[in-house]
Amino acid sequence: MQQAVGAGPGSSTRMRCLYMFNRQGVCVHYHVWLRPLNALSRQEDQKLMFGLLFSLKSFTAKMDPVGGSKGQLGAAQLQGQGCSFHSFRTNTYKLSFMETPTGMKIVLVTDQKMGDLREALKHIYSNIYVEYVVKNPLYTPEMPFKCELFNLNLDNYVKNLT
Amino acid sequence: MPPNSRPGDAVFANVERVNAELFTLTYGAIVRQLLTDFEEVDEVNKQLDTMGYNIGIRLIDDFLAKANITRCSDFRETAETIAKVGFKMFLGVTGSVANWNADGTECSLILDDNPLVDFVELPETCQGLYYCNILCGVIRGALEMVSMRTEVKFVKDILRGDDAYEMRLKLLEQVPEEYPYKDDD
Repeated sequence: MQQAVGAGPGSSTRMRCLYMFNRQGVCVHYHVWLRPLNALSRQEDQKLMFGLLFSLKSFTAKMDPVGGSKGQLGAAQLQGQGCSFHSFRTNTYKLSFMETPTGMKIVLVTDQKMGDLREALKHIYSNIYVEYVVKNPLYTPEMPFKCELFNLNLDNYVKNLT
Repeated sequence: MPPNSRPGDAVFANVERVNAELFTLTYGAIVRQLLTDFEEVDEVNKQLDTMGYNIGIRLIDDFLAKANITRCSDFRETAETIAKVGFKMFLGVTGSVANWNADGTECSLILDDNPLVDFVELPETCQGLYYCNILCGVIRGALEMVSMRTEVKFVKDILRGDDAYEMRLKLLEQVPEEYPYKDDD
């Protein structure tokens, strides 16, 4: 078993990492539980992840056989317009994704056998991010944050996800 | 929840409350201090709007986290949601929406009851003051975070002798989401 990078004691071994992007595509928070392989610089990695989400979102909406949008592929969409994917799975990991109406994108990467995390992502947004980050009067909205309470509560919460 | 209860009631039942007088007096103290600091009432109106904006851009996340609502299909639904759920959740009162223009981009939000103004009477020296102007800023800030650029201003104010509190809400633009990076950087 590889040593978890940056993980606290008792952390889940099923978690890999979490990204949070604001609507300008800036990664406002990045958290690692287990990620021995880092092929790119932190900055390139985050930009690539954002690009992946953005493109995948626009492809999935474009391929919608029922409620499809009429615009060109890659055409600007209004927030929340069209359908959206919520996870994908490879043979080595699973990526779960949520976007809020304010344009925040939350991405949780886990082991490949993880179940549906839609409720969990909603919980992370509503009960951890909003409570411990947004409501901090000294936090500037939309800016990257480092917040002990957020990390602590996140760590605690993800431990029990299945 | 009884089937006919209004949409804001459920969420209102679940949010924490503070003493109404503490809230009203705290707001009053802020306006009072602004009047001392800026002297001109126009400047105070502007400051209240800015302060509201800064509150609104945070409050929207709290609203989305708790209100358990789905995406509004159009601006009409947005206005109704502000009046019925937003006002109820944060002010404890329900507003109404009226006076739509033909395009459905402009309407009035009307409050009959407004907890910010208990105990308030405008003195001679403050006649141009929109005492609750902070509300305009809050709405503008919150909507901007969900990609709607708006203009919000008071058109009626009971403190100034009108028969209701009426804010005019105008949708200027819905901002589409675009890829923020250039291809080659």
